[in-house]
Amino acid sequence: MKAFTTLDGLVCPLDRANVDTDAIIPKQFLKSIKRSGFGPNLFDEWRYLDHGEPGMDNSQRPLNPDFVLNFPRYAGAQVLLARENFGCGSSREHAPWALEDQGFRVVIAPSFADIFFNNCYKNGLLPIVQPAEVVDQLFRECEAAEGYTLQVDLPTQTITTPSGKVFAFDITEHRKHCLLGGLDEIGLTLKHEAEIKAFESKHRAAQPWLFA
Amino acid sequence: MTAQTLYDKLWSSHVVHEEADGTVLLYIDRHLVHEVTSPQAFEGLKLANRPLWRVDSVVSTADHNTPTDHWDEGIKDPISRQQVETLDANIKAFGALAYFPFKDKGQGIVHVMGPEQGATLPGMTVVCGDSHTSTHGAFGALAHGIGTSEVEHVMATQTLVAKKSKNMLVRVDGKLPAGITGKDVALAIIGKIGTAGGTGYAIEFGGEAIRELSMEGRMSLCNMAIEAGARSGLVAVDQKTIDYVKGRPFAPKAEQWDAAVAYWNTLHSDDGAQFDEVVVLDAAAIQPQVTWGTSPEMVTDINGRVPDPAQESDPVKKGSMERALAYMGLQANTPINEIPVDIVFIGSCTNSRIEDLREAAAVAKGRSKAANVKQVLVVPGSGLVKAQAEAEGLDKVFVAAGFEWREPGCSMCLAMNADRLQPGERCASTSNRNFEGRQGQGGRTHLVSPAMAAAAAVAGHFVDIRAL
Ligand code: SF4
Repeated sequence: MKAFTTLDGLVCPLDRANVDTDAIIPKQFLKSIKRSGFGPNLFDEWRYLDHGEPGMDNSQRPLNPDFVLNFPRYAGAQVLLARENFGCGSSREHAPWALEDQGFRVVIAPSFADIFFNNCYKNGLLPIVQPAEVVDQLFRECEAAEGYTLQVDLPTQTITTPSGKVFAFDITEHRKHCLLGGLDEIGLTLKHEAEIKAFESKHRAAQPWLFA
Repeated sequence: MTAQTLYDKLWSSHVVHEEADGTVLLYIDRHLVHEVTSPQAFEGLKLANRPLWRVDSVVSTADHNTPTDHWDEGIKDPISRQQVETLDANIKAFGALAYFPFKDKGQGIVHVMGPEQGATLPGMTVVCGDSHTSTHGAFGALAHGIGTSEVEHVMATQTLVAKKSKNMLVRVDGKLPAGITGKDVALAIIGKIGTAGGTGYAIEFGGEAIRELSMEGRMSLCNMAIEAGARSGLVAVDQKTIDYVKGRPFAPKAEQWDAAVAYWNTLHSDDGAQFDEVVVLDAAAIQPQVTWGTSPEMVTDINGRVPDPAQESDPVKKGSMERALAYMGLQANTPINEIPVDIVFIGSCTNSRIEDLREAAAVAKGRSKAANVKQVLVVPGSGLVKAQAEAEGLDKVFVAAGFEWREPGCSMCLAMNADRLQPGERCASTSNRNFEGRQGQGGRTHLVSPAMAAAAAVAGHFVDIRAL
């Protein structure tokens, strides 16, 4: 996994509530057995005017000029600013894969759906929860000023706006540690192999029917 | 000992290791695997040269990509076929307790297959790379949907890195009126608490109305816990749970059965257990539900009207409503029972079990599809459900009514196979998500119960099943 420490990134505002993972990456792209290459199909149904299918040359497809990701001023954005309940719906990890593949490293929203929130951390993507008023303010500032960037600092758990306002955010120690080090979580867990085995034998003794 | 909730009991009995910040390694008993969210996980195992920690915890089937007709022709879409064949190869290489591949008679939607095989048991932790894994909570099992990295993590370590959720009780008091199903209860709850209402919680469903629900009804309800934002839904174990499990292929046998039942009977919240949040609904007030928008919380009852965004003061909500009405091609204030439908879909892990098909068939019997309805798809949840329905003659009832009787799978719930809506088509669907494009780009989905879907098929528009 890619490590995350600090970022000074251009912000793209996506002003919709309840953005679901079907919208983030439509189902036809889930047929891929790979982990990469989803970026061009991020928000496919909103981003292009035609219907997308896997294997198309996306550079030849008609772009929807009204969709924010297509505005030239947001090209290369690394921070996605979103509304409440971002990432609801399906558990597809293809959603964070697509965001990451497109170049996003941070998503800021008043709330996230649980599974999506969790999936982000496994892919070096940092989801940040901020109060609705703060998110409102960031939307206003971002839409008002072209080239609006935010500094995101994971070690100090802060976001800093261009005018120097600082907002703190929460993250569990475990997630912070994994993200800062870009650590392989499976490798970390396997350090507890003996404990897992001990639990397993106790569990087997108590509920033998679970072990067919 | 202090009084515990059912969720507390299931959680604490599976904690392997706990860190200072509350992050735990949670032991996983059952891992359900399907073709869409597993290839990258198996690939990860291969790259790191790691085996499955416990082969006998894995139960697998192919469901999302499989066609529902012309099985003799195989899977025509080459990338869908590749995904299904990749699962075949991975299961062959890594092993599993059981695998129900494409065309096997046990094949089915993973959340229908698990319970009917007895692969889902009370007291288990169950995971699957699919958000509707919440379904299995109907058995008093702690069931989570997980992402593909977590699928790989469970495969390699038999554990999940997790943090405990808060406890919510949704109590539905009193008796449900005739014709009101688990699906209507689920939609009414989501209408009340919203699609993010359960975020961060495990929801236990309780109260008289829930106790009265069949196992099928409880599964429909827990299935939609995720649409209320909760990763897990739960219903306490009772005699119905135990009767359902008994005799299923992977249920405990002989002397282990009694010990299992004795344990399962402890799987309920203790008297006086504390919930962080309690929501109460009156069963008698629940009417047949119909969604009008592009989120499951955009729901009303059959005698309601499409709401008017002009009446909404919150600007974000108002914007969502306007966008939803534009997408759905609906005018504010239209009575729900005047909305015509083009397509009807009866299926999905919410409503494709035998009881669902019986309810739909009871409405279809002696009636026929309205002329304006282009297609009615009935897709059983599994090969076993299909066989049972055919033994009861339900297939004949559907076909006589002009409905199509299909092979099992996810089908038009998410339209990854050939079953999909065309742009602008309006569908009465028994599935769980009415998101934009879910059933096909530009398709318009209204979520309803199986009986309501069958009623819309014969009437040509939404109609109160109680008035048929
Ligand atoms: S039926 Fe629909 S919701 Fe259920 S597992 Fe299949 S695609 Fe997902």
